[in-house]
Amino acid sequence: MNKSLIPIVTISMFIVLIWYAFSIVLNSSWALDKAERNNQKLSFSELVHDTWSQKKPKLPTPHQVGYEMWKTTFDKKITSKRSLVYHGWITLSATLAGFMLGTLLGVLLALAIVHDKATDLSVMPWIITSQTIPILALAPMIIVVSSSIGFTGLMPKAIISMYLSFFPIVVGMVKGLRSPDLLEIDQMKTWSASQFQILIKLRLPKSIPFLFTSLKLGMAASLVGAIVGELPSGAIAGLGARMLSGSYYGQTIQIWSALFAAAILAASLVGLISLIQAFVFKRMMIAQ
Amino acid sequence: MTNETVISAKSLDLTFQTNDGPVHALKDVNLNVTKGDFVSFIGPSGCGKTTFLRVMADLDQPTDGTITINGVSPKAARESRAYGYVFQSAGLYPWRTIGKNIRLPLEIMGISKSEQKERVEKVLKLVELEDFEKKFPWQLSGGMQQRVSIARALAFDADILLMDEPFGALDEIVRDYLNEQLLKLWHSTKKTICFVTHSIPEAVYLSTKIVVMSPRPGRIIDIIESDLPDKRPLEIRDTKEFIDIAQRVREGLRAGHSYE
Repeated sequence: MNKSLIPIVTISMFIVLIWYAFSIVLNSSWALDKAERNNQKLSFSELVHDTWSQKKPKLPTPHQVGYEMWKTTFDKKITSKRSLVYHGWITLSATLAGFMLGTLLGVLLALAIVHDKATDLSVMPWIITSQTIPILALAPMIIVVSSSIGFTGLMPKAIISMYLSFFPIVVGMVKGLRSPDLLEIDQMKTWSASQFQILIKLRLPKSIPFLFTSLKLGMAASLVGAIVGELPSGAIAGLGARMLSGSYYGQTIQIWSALFAAAILAASLVGLISLIQAFVFKRMMIAQ
Repeated sequence: MTNETVISAKSLDLTFQTNDGPVHALKDVNLNVTKGDFVSFIGPSGCGKTTFLRVMADLDQPTDGTITINGVSPKAARESRAYGYVFQSAGLYPWRTIGKNIRLPLEIMGISKSEQKERVEKVLKLVELEDFEKKFPWQLSGGMQQRVSIARALAFDADILLMDEPFGALDEIVRDYLNEQLLKLWHSTKKTICFVTHSIPEAVYLSTKIVVMSPRPGRIIDIIESDLPDKRPLEIRDTKEFIDIAQRVREGLRAGHSYE
């Protein structure tokens, strides 16, 4: 435990140091301009103090971001429009809805691809093509189209999340469902097993390790999808909306705290999947 | 023992089409296996011994000739669960216990839970692994895993056992032990066994009939009816009768194959 902790702490401290250093460099021109207008000369410690405490810095410091996050998480009612929990929940609900839809779609497509040669040949190229289209170009169209057929709010964002998250699930599950070797398939044949029995008893259990890898990728992609979905829609709530309004008004601290909230959210969700994975692997005797 | 024919192959041909042209895996193969026989197929790699076994199991289809298992086609025989097949590697599922691994074909065949339990206990006793039902495959040695795979093939009580180099990956000491155990098993169950190997002592020690095969094209060179007694202690391998049969197998192998 200690051995793995030391490098992690070292690297984290190194990053924080660099961050503070860059805050000085990037925010100093504003501080120097301000001092010049007031005919002041800044000592180095005064300069540092100013660059680390501006209201709209180019690069806010870790403690500014940390304080903003603390304030908007614990000091605001969670129903407040200024609460990070409120915005986080909006994004999280779209992420989870999109993730579930994407997982479902991905698994169904993988099942069809593995069991049907025609589907494999006809659908797989489209699946790959779907991921070459920049999601930023597609997201506004999805929102316009879905709102015109009556879907607003969570649903369009969930669809964008699904669009991004089904891909790793399909790719991983196709590989997983095909992972049984020739001997295992032959063995099933000697017992005259049906395709369905082969699926349930052999292919699905064998695809579990692939599924978990895919789920982690899919979850991260879902969150990106939900945030991207909040950008073009003029959404007023969600972490993406928080970032966008922050950039309109030059509220860099707000952007960074939304950014960190998203990163923490993603890490927790992926961590949760890892926990479930460890439990399932232990039950199934799969070495990690 | 009756003289009922269980497996009958007549002028069997099998040609694989590959990028390097056709490969004659089997050419004009004729063989009759009688009920209760222990038949070994021996020959160098590429002689078609495994392919022949796979044809019996309906895993490969012959391009010409006829073959019947219990008087019907291999496909019908497979569907009526006429044989158990033991592969080179045990192929146990790591997420299932030994007992559950043996249950796998029984589940697939829709055999009732209570009967599954009975049969698992019975076959584990046959391979002398009674205490391992709740263990997982990784807790067993390679030899034990292969015994489990034999138990699994016996679990649904097919009359024919097809074995494709089941002990090929095991060391000689384990192999001797398993050969002895397999003979015992054959005596107590009266199964018809087809056994692919490339070990001469193994073939001679186990078989009532030894089929010597040769490659390019895969064909039968010699069929040796063994007159060794039914009861065979491991020491039988030092007797003159044993050495004579081994010699004949060796000559057959040499005649059918140039080593240039």
